This record gives sequence, structure tokens and C-alpha cells, in this order.
Amino acid sequence: MATARERDEWAHAPFDTAAVERLRSLISGFDANQRIWLSGYLAGSSASAAAAAHPAPGAAQRAAITILYGSQSGNSERMARLLHDKLKEHQIESALLDMIDCRKSHLQEAQKLLVIVSTHGDGEPPERALSLHELLRGPKITRLDHLTYCVLALGDSSYEKFCEAGRQFDARLEALGAKRLRPREECDVEYEMPARRWIDDVLTLVGTQPGADTLPRISESESRIATISTAYTRRNPFQAPILLNQRLTGRKSSKDVRHVELSLEDSHIRYEPGDAIGIVPKNREDAVDALLEASRFDAETPVRADSQTIGLRQALLDYFEIGPVTPTFMQRYTAAIGSPVPAQAGESPDAMRRYLYGRHLVDVVREYPPAALNPADFAQLLRPLAPRLYSIASSQRTASDEAHLTVSVVEYESLSARRHGVVSSRLANLAMDGASVPIYLHRNGGFRLPADPRTPIVMVGPGTGVAPFRAFLAEREAVGAGGRNWLFFGDRNFESDFLYQSEWIDARKRGTLTRIDVAFSRDQSDKIYVQDRLRANGAELWAWLQDGAHIYLCGDAERMAPDVHATLLEIARMHGALTDEQAAEYMADMQSARRYQKDVY
Amino acid sequence: MDADPPILPRLRPLDEQHSNERLKHDSRFLRGTLQQSLADPVTGAVTASDGLLTKFFGIYQQDDRDLRDERRRAKLEPRYQFMVRVRLPGGVCTPAQWLALDALARAYAGNTLRLTTRQTFQFHGIAKRHLRKHIQGINAAGLDTIAACGDDNRNVICTANPTQSPAHAEVSSLARRISERLMPRTGAYREVFLGAAPPSTPLADEEPLYGSTYLPRKFKVALAIPPQNDIDVFAHDLGFIAILENGSIAGYDVCVGGGMGMTHKISTTFPRLSELIGFCTPEEVLEIAEHSMCIQRDYGDRVDRAHARFKYTIEDRGARWFCDELAARRGRPLQAARPYRFESSADRPGWLQSEDGRWHYTLFVENGRLSDLPGRSLLSGLRAIAGVHRGVFAMTTNQNVIVAGIADADRPAIEALLQAHGIANETGVSALRQNSMACVALPTCGLAMAEAERYLPSLLDKLDEIIAAAGLRDQPITIRMSGCPNGCPRPYLAEIALVGKALGRYNLYLGASACGDRLNALYRENIAEPQILDELGTLIRRYAAEREPGERFGDFTIRASVVPAMIAGRDFQR
Repeated sequence: MATARERDEWAHAPFDTAAVERLRSLISGFDANQRIWLSGYLAGSSASAAAAAHPAPGAAQRAAITILYGSQSGNSERMARLLHDKLKEHQIESALLDMIDCRKSHLQEAQKLLVIVSTHGDGEPPERALSLHELLRGPKITRLDHLTYCVLALGDSSYEKFCEAGRQFDARLEALGAKRLRPREECDVEYEMPARRWIDDVLTLVGTQPGADTLPRISESESRIATISTAYTRRNPFQAPILLNQRLTGRKSSKDVRHVELSLEDSHIRYEPGDAIGIVPKNREDAVDALLEASRFDAETPVRADSQTIGLRQALLDYFEIGPVTPTFMQRYTAAIGSPVPAQAGESPDAMRRYLYGRHLVDVVREYPPAALNPADFAQLLRPLAPRLYSIASSQRTASDEAHLTVSVVEYESLSARRHGVVSSRLANLAMDGASVPIYLHRNGGFRLPADPRTPIVMVGPGTGVAPFRAFLAEREAVGAGGRNWLFFGDRNFESDFLYQSEWIDARKRGTLTRIDVAFSRDQSDKIYVQDRLRANGAELWAWLQDGAHIYLCGDAERMAPDVHATLLEIARMHGALTDEQAAEYMADMQSARRYQKDVY
Repeated sequence: MDADPPILPRLRPLDEQHSNERLKHDSRFLRGTLQQSLADPVTGAVTASDGLLTKFFGIYQQDDRDLRDERRRAKLEPRYQFMVRVRLPGGVCTPAQWLALDALARAYAGNTLRLTTRQTFQFHGIAKRHLRKHIQGINAAGLDTIAACGDDNRNVICTANPTQSPAHAEVSSLARRISERLMPRTGAYREVFLGAAPPSTPLADEEPLYGSTYLPRKFKVALAIPPQNDIDVFAHDLGFIAILENGSIAGYDVCVGGGMGMTHKISTTFPRLSELIGFCTPEEVLEIAEHSMCIQRDYGDRVDRAHARFKYTIEDRGARWFCDELAARRGRPLQAARPYRFESSADRPGWLQSEDGRWHYTLFVENGRLSDLPGRSLLSGLRAIAGVHRGVFAMTTNQNVIVAGIADADRPAIEALLQAHGIANETGVSALRQNSMACVALPTCGLAMAEAERYLPSLLDKLDEIIAAAGLRDQPITIRMSGCPNGCPRPYLAEIALVGKALGRYNLYLGASACGDRLNALYRENIAEPQILDELGTLIRRYAAEREPGERFGDFTIRASVVPAMIAGRDFQR
């Protein structure tokens, strides 16, 4: 008979019930050694399956020799290409990589790194080298001791910080444990001859190294022996360290949206595009204290919360919603304190809604003090504090032990008070130095990429709704899926609210993103939304649907989803020559065929 | 057996030329994929090739460099924005045109106008989606932006203020005619920006003068009226110096092969003074301008753009060769050059009355920047003046503006407006500051290595102290700061020049003449502010103590052997 904990562990396992039963009964019969052997076997075979699944386009990442160049005016790039060609003459394959394209995975999978970098201005790395410069200094890269490397630095001795960028890269790689093939070479303005001599030197060093093998290096997390992971839950969350908390919205934006990268290292959490991360919430201390003051309740009064008895303050911090108020609460609270429902609210459900708009618990309590009401009874009237779910904006194929989130920092004013989102405001203030967030995986089986990678997909994701589509595209690109991809994105202002803009532009350039259409509502006098773009491209959209495309919606449930749905019906009527009824049936069929999926909140 | 004549650089196979040449050739006379680029809402930029083509329409793609790093980390593309420069031959516009440009600056360009070092207006910060409307607004005012940038004949400049004298009016009119004669003819501008329909059959040769590859690089024409060399005539590819006899223009001395730009440390690049090659009558000016440009079109380097300016063509082949080539194309040689005398390359701030009794007010605009600051509303003040002024506005090449052709009876109203907006020339301003110039540099110019416009004023605050202590507050000394060695603010003709090398670091040049006929020379390399103040402080104090009566600072530094006299450009970077 499974214990509650065991049930919890398997609750989120990616197997159907029958398979779970078979597995549990099998495994319960194994001893510790057998389990360890089995987990190693599974880890190894899944790693080679993953390696086999990676097609040729990824191969450039895995060449044993990587020529990494950081060029400002083309000189370093030219030398890099020269080196590449010379190696080729000697039948040695190498990958040419511009620093601006260099990711953590390139460094993890490289074996020999030949770095050519110029120094710009007074000691500055070239602009295209900045992101790598920061990556090497950030929390994501801790060891590179599998690497051997050498650096060719170009510079101008009339500057004090001669070849500074080259020196910094050289020193940093050494500090990360990489081994030098030869000492750094520095070149002045007349760099041609010394650079060529360095190239010849490197040729000799690299050519004589035994067995330049080209096997992909299995990443750290896969080679570690995988145990049957304890499934993390809301009650038992995983403390995920924050690797990055980067503001995505521009300076003048009316919003604050963050790109948050969480480390899943050692959690063994495996997720799929479409899944979400649940963050275990905690109310703000200042909000709880304000409520306590307004109610005059004793903070230490024992109350029941989540089948425990704890102090009221603790309960309000961790277990109850204390923000926006529901009609049900108004009814029951006013009844409990023997007060009539406020006149303006009582007239109709609409009136009640208007009354409650922007009103928080603390406002109600101030206006209608609980007086003789028992704190424990008061607590019973409150809704339980719900975890906040965030669609995962990454694919584990490219960010293997990370989960990325797109979080809008909720902050607004109502009734002359500043209000804050429970989780987002806490996240907003967390820096990257050791802070962590309590999380668990929330599977979202109803929001999945098509099984067939050649199926076209249409993604409608205004605002933070774009998050899972970042995961979709990363996944599709990593596995070399051939299917066409079309993204509709919308927000307020082009200049400051185009979330992940540079990534979409790159994806479009590479061909991964077949089409992207955008709508920025506040950039012109009339408001333009994603549904307007859908409508304007109705004929093409209909053609995609005829080709079997899946449509995905992610984002606001209240207005966006119904508006988009109405537009889809309109498109079906107009371009499919369908009646109202037929169009509705068409969309319903799409839904049951799992070709029309929504993740709305 | 005679060898075949060498093929003109322009006519060599395109694959042997710089890749920009093929780009121009294939662009269907500058159309490229501009329509698509402008229509793409996903990026605020146009494609790289289209970005080269827009320059021919005075449109220059830039990005806010202050925000580059921040936006890169935020996964946003750079904040792309466009600079638009007006074609304004002779630098003259009407009050109605001023008002139109003011309105456009407020609508699309961040509430500021920039007066350039070549007598025209520049707008910055225009979003791609507003670009067409902006250009249309300029054209609706009867102006355009054609050939304000790019490999073509740029804005034709002349000694400022057409209303100053009949000679000034004549030269101004000539500047306009030269500009029109040498303008690109392609219909692309109207099609892309003004909504004109393309011709039903593509025209075979829309550019009878330029051809499909236009010029190797920019070409700058300037006309000067001695004794004023406010335009720095020797800094331009082609210069015409008016020769006055008995108060009217007998003709023009012609000089060729000047240019400011260079690349640090590449000694085959250098600023160069143009050379005097002869004299022509007023009727001959247009044909000479056309032939000169065509000679450069044919012979200029099409492989190495850093060697493609007319000055290198002249330097390499010689002025003699050019004279022969010009004579061959015209059918006759130039006459012998006639004497002239330049006194100064500076503007004269304040009120001036011409012989016909009209008034002209030269307003000192520091770095040409027109905006509204607390207590000094240059943009709104000039807008107010434009609302009542019945003359013209004449921009100078020192980034100032002349409210020109004011009737005596109208002068009090103009003065009142100057006072009301706090924009009348301040009395305390040092002559050093009045003779200062800086290019825009950061945050918008993609070529800038160091600050210029944003830094020179505060450096001048410190230099003013030194100047005042030395008793030199009213002594004109030209000082120019350039963010990079391209030299847009003509630094190499200033008595003191600071040319950017890296953020906070400049080369210091000294010793040019006060009337623009001698270059300066490198004095210190790669120095920061403390050393700048130290070096200049020492020299200024020496100058105060040792100068001869009436001696200019630039001349003093030569006499005191601080720097050598620099005339030949080729010696500049040796």
C-alpha cells in the first residue's frame, strides 16, 4: 500500500497509472546495488539516445577544436578564418565561433579553445565579446578544467591597457581551471606577422596532440548517476538558486518584466516545453503587519492552517490570501461580524464587483473592524494561499539544468495604496548572489508541442504569455524539427516592451522562426492587438491550418483569449467559407484533436 | 607599341572593387529593399545594405549608444533611431520653413534641432516608423534631404548670410545652383518616401552624371567671400574663392583636394588643405564643378574607402594632372589665380548692419544645439522669432544661426524676443567658447570613440578659468573637439584641437592659423582631462606672457617651436 509520500513522488512521474504500478512493484524488489546499477544504465543509455537525436546542425558545437574570436573591426575575425583555413589544409576540423554566439554549452563541449580577441578603446573588449566576458564571470560557469586553450591578443601599445581584453580572457580561463597550450601572444598595431607566427605555432601544437576526438562530451548533469528523483511538491519544494534576474523591459516602459533563470542542478527535475514552475508563495511582511494592525488581532493567536495549529502572523504569511477580496468573503465576513453588507455593494452582483475592484482585505478590515470576532474564525473565512504558476520559458535541451521564467512584477495602486504581487514582488528583489526560490514542477499535459516535429505551429502569446513559446522554439531548434513556426506577439510599446526581441530576430534570421507578427497597442493613436494581426493575416493563417497547423494561446484569460477565439472564428468563416455554426464546430474539433491548446490565466 | 590606356578605377570589374560598389550598382539606383525594410515592424533598423542606401537620402541609421549594453542584457535590440539631415545650400531657410522644421523636431525628434558644421539642420532620434512622415514633412516645407550624406555631392556651403551684400546674394544663389546641378536624379527618393508611383518601365539610366555607382565617397563644395573664411574653404574637395573687384564679383579662384578625415595611426590617411589651381569667371563655375566631380567619379579609389576621397586622388596624381584633365574635359585651361586675403574663419556674434541698412543678428549657439533649457529656450525662442521675422535665417558653418535681413523698424521686436527667451548672446562668454565647435559624437554617432558635444562645454568651464586668469577672456582662440578622427567639426584647422581616441582620451593638436590656411600638428597623444588642462594651462600662460601684439595663439605656438608649421597633409601623421 503506497504511503502518502510515495504517492506524492509518483504523482508527477511521466508514466501512466499502469506503468507506475509495474515500475513500483519491480523496483520495490531490488536491493540498493541493483538500483544503483540500473540508474547508471538508464543514465548512460539516455545520454547516447540524446546524442543520437542531435542532428548535424549541432555538430559545430561539438568539434574538438573551437576557434573563438572577438572582433571589433574585423582583424581578429580575419585571423580566425585564416587559422581555420590552415587547420583545414592539414585535415584538421575546427569550429569557427564568433564570441557573440558563444553559449555555456559551447564551452562545456569544447576541448581545445583557440581564442583570438582584440582590445577596443582603452582596455575594452569588443562589443561582440561582452556577453562572453560576462558569462565567464557569472555564476553559470564554475569549472572549465576539461579545456586546453591559448590566446592571441590584438591591441595598440599607445594605449595604457595594452591587449587588456586578451589578458583578461587568458587569466579568466586559467582561473576556471583550463590549461594553457602555450603562453598568450600579444600583437601591436602591425599584427600581421606575429599573428601568422602564432598560427603556425598553434598548428604544430594542435596537429601533434594525440587523437583529436570528436565525440560529444556528455554534459555534467547527464553523467551524474540519476536516482529516481524525489518529486518536489508544494509541501516539499526544491530550493532553486537564482542564476539570473534580468529586467527585460526597456527604461521607459510602464511595466517591469523579468527574465529569471533558476538552477535545477541536483534536483533531477525534468520538464517539457509547456510545463510550468509553481513557486511557493509567501505574503509580504509589511502587508501582513498592516492587516494585523488594522484588525488589532494578537499576532501570536493560535489558528488552524493547513491541518496545523500555528500563530496567526505565521499563518497569514504562509497560508492565506490577504489581497483582493471575493464577494463570498464579503457576505460571510459581514455576517460574522453582524454588520450589513455595504449598501453600494449589495444592490447587484455588478455593484458588488465594482465595490470590490481594487479593494484588499486590509481595506475591508479597516472599514469594518472585526471587533469581537475570533481570530481563528476570521482565518477560516480566508482562501488558502495558492502557488503562482509560471510557464517555463526554456527547453532542457539547451538549458539542461535550468528553468527560465518570464515574470511580470505586479505593482499597482488602488484606493491610494501601493499593492504588490505576492510572488513577483519577492522575486523582483532577489539578487543572484545565493538567493533561492521554493519551487516545484507543474506538468501541463494540455499544452504540448505536436508529436510530429514537421507539424507547423502558430503561437499567440502577448505579454508574458510568450514564455512557453520561447521554450517551444528552443526545443524545436535543438531537435532539428522541420516544422514551420509562426509567432504572434503583442504588448504596449515597441521600444520598451518587446520581450526577448533580439532572440526572435535571431531566430527569424536563422529560419527557426518562420514568421513573426507584432502589435504594439500604445504606439499609435488606435490600439492594435494580436487579434488584429491574426485577422490581417487571415488567409495565410487559414492555409497553415489546412496544412495541419496546431494553434496555441498563452496569456490573459479574461480579454485576450476570448477576443482571439472570436477572431479565429471570424477567420474560419471568412477564409474557410463556413457558417457561424460550422466555424464553431471547426474550432471545437480542433480542440478535441488537441490542435487548439490554451494556457491562459 | 603603345600600351592600352589604363582602365579608369570606376570602370574596373565590380568584383575587383569595394563591396559597397556592387551594392550601389545592384540597388536599382538606390531603391534596394528599402520599402520592405521600412515596413518590417519587428526591428527598428533597416537592413545593412539598405542602411548604406538611405545615406544618399540624408538618412543615417544610428542607435543610442548609452543604452546599448543595458538593452543587450535585456535581450532587446539596440535602440535604433535615425538621423536626418536637410539639404540646405548656402544654409538659408525662410521663417515658414523654420517653423515647419521646428514642428517636426517636436513631433519626431526629441524636441531638439542641431545646427551642423556645414550650414544645415540635423534631426536625431527618429523612430523608423516615423521616418516617412518626417521626410514628408520636410518636403512639404519645400525642402528635401537628398544627398545630405552618402557618396555624392553634399550640402554646398558658402560664406553665410545672403542678405549681407549683393556679392553674398550672388554667391548664395550660385551655391544653390551648384547643388541642384550636382544632385542625384534617381526617382527612388520620391518612390520610397513620398509615395510616388514607380515608372512603368524602369529607367535605364536615371543618373546621367553619377552612374550606377555614384562617387567613390562624399564630395564637398564650398564658396568663400574674402576676407571671411568662415567656411574653412581649404577643408573641402572643391572650393571657390570669390574675387571682388570694385565691389562686384569678377570671378572665383578655384582650389581642389582638401579634406579633414583620417584614421589614427594609418599614415597614408591625413587631413589635407586644398590647392589653388586657377581662376574662372562666374559663368564657368557650374561646368567646373561638374567636371571636377566627374573627374573624381572616374579616378577616385574604388577599392580602399579610406583612400577614396578626392584629396588622395590629387595627392597621388598631382594638382598638375588634375588641371590637365580638367582642361581636356572643358576644352580650355583655367586662368591664372588672382590674389585674395582671408582674415578669419570665425563668425562675428551680435548685431551687424549691412550697407542697405538692414540688420543681422548672429546668435551664438553652443555646439549648434537648439533645445529648451531652464532660462535659455533656444528652440522656442527661435520659433517665436520665426513667427514675426520677415527676413531669412542663415546658418553658419560654425554651428550658429543668423537672423538675417531685419528691417531697422523690426529690430526692437526681435531684441525683445531674444531677451524674453533668455537667448541673446551672453556678455560673459569667453572668446574661446565663442570660437569652439564640437561634433555630436555620443550617444548617437556610431563612429564616436569619445565624447564631444556632451563634454566640451564642461571642459571649457575649466579652460575659461585659466583663460580669465591669464587675462585672455576676449582673445579669440579656435578650439574644436571631435569624437573621432573623421574630423566633422574640422578639428585640424583649429588653433587647439582635441580628437577622441577612447572614452576620456584625446590627441591634442596645436598651431593652425586663425584664417584656415594652415593645419595644426600633433602635440600630445592619448591624454585625459588632467593632462589636457595641465598642458593647455602652461601654454596659455606662456602665450599671455610672450605673445607679440596681435599675435594669435596658433601662430605663437609655431613661433615658440611648440609645434611645427603643418601645411602638407602628408606630413600630418609622420
